[in-house]
Amino acid sequence: MIPAELLTPQVHEPEVTEAEERISVATQWQLMWWRFRKHKPALVSAVVVILLYLTAAGAEFLAYADPLASDAQRGLISPQPLHVSLGGLSVNGLTGQRDPQTFKRVYVEDPTVNIPVSVFAQGFPYKLFGLIPMDRHLIGVSGGNRTAETTLFLLGTDQQGRDQFSRLVFATRISLLIGLASVAISLVLGVLLGGLSGYIGGTVDTLIQRLIEILRSIPTIPLWMGLAASVPKDWTIEQVFFAMTLIFSLFSWTELARVVRGRFLSLREEDFVMAAELVGCSRLRIIFRHLVPSFLSHIIAATTLALPAIVIFETSLSFLGLGMRPPAISWGVMLQEASNVQTAAISPWLLWPAVPVIVAILAFNFLGDGLRDAADPYGV
Amino acid sequence: MAAYIARRLLLAAVTIVAVSILSFLIIHLPPGDYVTSYIAQMAAQGGRVSAEEAQNLRIQYGLDQPVYIQYLRWMGMIVHGNFGMAMEYQLPVAQVIGDRLWLTIAVSIAALLFTWAISLPIGIYSAVRQNSMLDYVFTFVGFIGLAIPNFLLALLVLYFGFKYFNTNVGGLFSAAYADAPWSWAKFQDMLAHLPVPAVVLGLAATAGQIRIMRANLLDEKRKPYVVTARAKGLPEYRVILKYPVRVALNPFASTIGYTLPYIVSGSVIVSIVLSLPTVGPLLYSALVALDMFLAGTIILLLGTLTVIGTLLSDLLLMWLDPRIRLENR
Repeated sequence: MIPAELLTPQVHEPEVTEAEERISVATQWQLMWWRFRKHKPALVSAVVVILLYLTAAGAEFLAYADPLASDAQRGLISPQPLHVSLGGLSVNGLTGQRDPQTFKRVYVEDPTVNIPVSVFAQGFPYKLFGLIPMDRHLIGVSGGNRTAETTLFLLGTDQQGRDQFSRLVFATRISLLIGLASVAISLVLGVLLGGLSGYIGGTVDTLIQRLIEILRSIPTIPLWMGLAASVPKDWTIEQVFFAMTLIFSLFSWTELARVVRGRFLSLREEDFVMAAELVGCSRLRIIFRHLVPSFLSHIIAATTLALPAIVIFETSLSFLGLGMRPPAISWGVMLQEASNVQTAAISPWLLWPAVPVIVAILAFNFLGDGLRDAADPYGV
Repeated sequence: MAAYIARRLLLAAVTIVAVSILSFLIIHLPPGDYVTSYIAQMAAQGGRVSAEEAQNLRIQYGLDQPVYIQYLRWMGMIVHGNFGMAMEYQLPVAQVIGDRLWLTIAVSIAALLFTWAISLPIGIYSAVRQNSMLDYVFTFVGFIGLAIPNFLLALLVLYFGFKYFNTNVGGLFSAAYADAPWSWAKFQDMLAHLPVPAVVLGLAATAGQIRIMRANLLDEKRKPYVVTARAKGLPEYRVILKYPVRVALNPFASTIGYTLPYIVSGSVIVSIVLSLPTVGPLLYSALVALDMFLAGTIILLLGTLTVIGTLLSDLLLMWLDPRIRLENR
């Protein structure tokens, strides 16, 4: 038997559901956000990246000890686990002893002593974001007189008795900033050269493409090491930072240029480019005013994917002592302490800086993947 | 085909010239010149170099000439096999480098072989059993491999080797063979030590290669010719291995050109951490001592080797891919 509704002719109104209507009126950035939201690892990574940059910005507030204050007496103290109880946070105290063999002062955890750890504790004075003078820190041990017995070492201390946790917080700042600064410079280079290459074409394109091919077929680490070693020893932290940024961006613009060129090749035939040409816009204006905004999202994705490589190289070079050097604090500089295996085996907490390195690289990679998917929200 | 080879050869030649200019730049970057460093070196050892002597040395090394002439002189020396003197060792650079260059090549090739031996089957498996449990496991391990910098992985391997097995996994020879002349036994000893650096070096590249192989094969697998092969009743392993894998192999092989510089690059840093007798630690100590002739030569040699390796891989690709071989015919 044939169902009745098939026999009666029906006029089909194109039914637009509410959801579809929402999509058709959404702006491009809204579509990207909806697409990005679906990529769960990227979403989590975005939160991680934001937290990392917040750590970098508010390092003084998060750290509870001066990262440069060294005390040979307190060298290589093991981490004190944080106890959470009804009475609040606390750690076990330390007692100083004399090692009977080496006559070195060593600190051993003393479970009978309880040191309360308070939130928003008073500590060393600083200026938050370089502006607001403060002396409160997220956590800390209250009371002014801080001997080794009554202080806090969440992640232990390094060989010179500096607090690992506070150093790690400050290292985040330099390690992430160097990536951001290098990527900013290679972005300018990449967009400019990739743009010229894709927009002008012809000989310029061939030359720039060959240049990219040459730069990509050279092993970069030996070259970087050579350039980094030539940085004079008496330069200040800022000068070394600047030199490193230049060295990194010198070689990392190629991938960005490749992405930009591909976009240009596909966009330069569009009508709006022709229109801009006809009203007499200059080439630079067409590139930066008309073309760049239309593939900005792709650039953002490529930029994020360029960050992990720079973090890796900065960490590697600083680890070798050729990148950032003490008193600057970066993850690589901290890992230098663990470069002797015997030391690392006795004090494994010196390997802690490896964790933020891996987390940051993973987060940037996933975030970049998610952004790349979201950059083209009209695809399948 | 001839045009393809000619283009590749030309690009390789230009790249080598670019590397040589960069190496020369590095030699000349630090303040002062070779003679200044030599005088400092002599002073440190208690010797003295008179101003006249210094001037003579400068003329002898051509340091009074314009930079481009110095560069040409340096290139001329290198073409004649004369790499200059390594200050720190007071020996010719060629003698200081010695075996280390060949050991660098050995380590790099071992890493490359490891990368291929691992990523090819895993890539195929992940594509055939897409979204299976193991596929996710491999993807996860691959991401971890990508996220751990080479030197950190080397450090962790050293650490765990020391802590749990109480052995030093670094080095390329046992103590007995370290200074011994080459023999069959020494060669075997080296082969036994190669896996650790090869795995450490190759792991990061492996992750990338697996992703490429998997993506290529997934694209090919859905094409009609595969369906046809299956419809003809070919056994599944032949359907996969005989057709789509061979097609997917080409883009995979072409990535060797990018993998090699990456591995050579990494080998420098891994060698330093694992204290392998390759050019890595030598380059490092030369850079720390600002012995720029030695450092520049090593950078030049590494760059040249990489370019030659890439060229060879391009030729291999040509042999693999008939579309390039038969071009312009």
